[in-house]
Amino acid sequence: MNIKTYAEYQANNETPEILFWVGCAGSFDARAQKVTKAFVEILNHVGIQFAILGKEEMCTGDPARRAGNEFLFQMMAFNNIQTMNMYEVKKIVTTCPHCFNTLKNEYPELGGNYEVISHAVYLQQLINEGKLKMKENGEFKGKRITYHDSCYLGRANNIYEAPREVLQALDGELVELKRCRTNGLCCGAGGAQMFKEDEAGDTRINFERTNDVIESGATVVASNCPFCLTMLNDGIKNKEKENDIQALDIAEMIARSI
Amino acid sequence: MQYLQQIAFILISGIAIFLFIKKVAEIRRNILLGKDEDLTDHKDQRWRNLMLNALGQKKMFKNPMVAVLHFFVYAGFIIINIEILEIILDGITGHHRLFQPMLGGLYSFLINVFEILAFLVLSACVIFLFRRNITKVKRLNMGELKAGWSRSDANYILLFEIVLMSLFLIMNAVDLNLQALGSSHYVQTSSFWISSLIQPIFSGMSESALIGIERFCWWAHIVGIFVFMNYLPYSKHLHVILAFPNAFYARLEAKGTMQNMPDIQKEVLYMMQPELAPTNVDPNAVMKFGAKDVQDLSWKNLLDAYSCTECGRCSSACPANQTGKKLSPRKIMMDTRDRLEEVGKNINVNKEFKDDGKTLLHDYITVEELRACTTCNACVEECPVSISPLDIIIQLRRNLVMEESNSPQEWNAMFSNIENNMAPWKFSPDDRDAWVNQ
Repeated sequence: MNIKTYAEYQANNETPEILFWVGCAGSFDARAQKVTKAFVEILNHVGIQFAILGKEEMCTGDPARRAGNEFLFQMMAFNNIQTMNMYEVKKIVTTCPHCFNTLKNEYPELGGNYEVISHAVYLQQLINEGKLKMKENGEFKGKRITYHDSCYLGRANNIYEAPREVLQALDGELVELKRCRTNGLCCGAGGAQMFKEDEAGDTRINFERTNDVIESGATVVASNCPFCLTMLNDGIKNKEKENDIQALDIAEMIARSI
Repeated sequence: MQYLQQIAFILISGIAIFLFIKKVAEIRRNILLGKDEDLTDHKDQRWRNLMLNALGQKKMFKNPMVAVLHFFVYAGFIIINIEILEIILDGITGHHRLFQPMLGGLYSFLINVFEILAFLVLSACVIFLFRRNITKVKRLNMGELKAGWSRSDANYILLFEIVLMSLFLIMNAVDLNLQALGSSHYVQTSSFWISSLIQPIFSGMSESALIGIERFCWWAHIVGIFVFMNYLPYSKHLHVILAFPNAFYARLEAKGTMQNMPDIQKEVLYMMQPELAPTNVDPNAVMKFGAKDVQDLSWKNLLDAYSCTECGRCSSACPANQTGKKLSPRKIMMDTRDRLEEVGKNINVNKEFKDDGKTLLHDYITVEELRACTTCNACVEECPVSISPLDIIIQLRRNLVMEESNSPQEWNAMFSNIENNMAPWKFSPDDRDAWVNQ
């Protein structure tokens, strides 16, 4: 894989077109790492000059802020903004909608002004511009695919169509979940829930969401968020449907189809 | 006798308006107990939100049947007010149907429109009562509504509107009978569309009996309206007024944006770059983080609380609520209003707020409720009157974590991982790019 850090670009007096913000899940979580690699594969495929921050990247602070720990959030934001401003970062693409939301909506007020795009929108642009072409008879052709809206792309940022358009390029049969778009049901991970047990209740939110997926009759549930992916995977395992339904990130699906 | 009616009318309306203004001023004072926040930028966008979401009730149309019925009640409520203007002027001047001679044919047309609206309001309210009490729509019968006042409040409003509309129609029907008898005070109009259908019920009655009924309906109708007006500020029905400012002042940023805390931003800056820290800081200044009670919230949060009509669309969309957790965004709003009313009463009695040993956090809203939120914004998306329960939840969480150090063990671990390893999990920051070579 051809991956360079911003520091390496700078050492060669070069400037990458774009910063790929990997995020903590994309860096450390075994499942999300596959999404990271798939996205890098796509970036290399289209020949974009991109950089990562590597060891210099830190958590954006999203889970800390949403749990209520504003001090920790501000510390992370301060450091990340210092790093990115030092490199004079202009444009960021990220595979994590939580990072996307924080970088795009919350960093500007703190002095971090960048053009931030989610990988869903980026992939849609690449497809629309003809830079990404799907191969004939790809893996997902004719398959029943459904899409789970992540809260942080969907309601939080009103991105509903781009990921669907990306999926349409796969030539599958796209079906909607009964709760979708603005009515989409959360996977249960947001607001720092990813890092704690559910409060007492009748069921887990991801189990409830998995029921929607099963009901749709789809064999693939596509998502755009590493946390949703974990939640959906756990839900599918809980319902013992892992042989029938795969939970995949849209980047993985595109990487397998080019 | 006529003068007596006029004097009584002026007296009653004066008292009603006085009491209403007094309570409105109190609510305004309560809302302004919240922290200052400037929400007047992008006026064009704000007016558009007001037109679409308050006047046009855009969000209601997710469920078209309910939206249309609600629109009948709402349009009826607003348009019939034009008729109330005549009723009030009649009451003061002692005339009967003051506008009739001025408007002629148009007058009867207008009354016909009002009658149709009255009939639609009446029918919609009957259907709403049915939905609440017979078919028991889930969101209208959830936890926080089961106990007492809130449930009754909703039914009272519907019954009130049904009674008011019935009085209006009966009044007109009897009026038509009096016109047919040529009763002196009752000016001739053409027949009315709806009330003419019930007119036969009263035919054959004596003139004095008819006048008695007409006067009773007229008085009951207008006094009823005054009572209703004064009931509004104590009721969830206040949304008919506050939905408008609430739509106007709604936050305009993307919903995912959490409000910044500039105080903490500065603290962190001074920590990272001590050379920037001011030297003349007051060592006794106490910073308070997040919200523990209603006064710590923004005035917009408090306006939200008074605007809530307890419809429960938020709670039925809430993933935590749907999976049986204690969190209900509607309860967050109801609790905030209840606590604010309590604080307001405290101020009424003591001139200024006297510590009553209670706070919104803990005494009204529990830690368990706050912990269940996924910040998914479903409640914010759903709300037809532009309320954000999430904004309140986050501010209470901030207080819990930063003032009380009250967070679950797993969150403490997550915090320390972020602080030490720059990631919420316990991995070495040196391995952040290890995936590159795997």
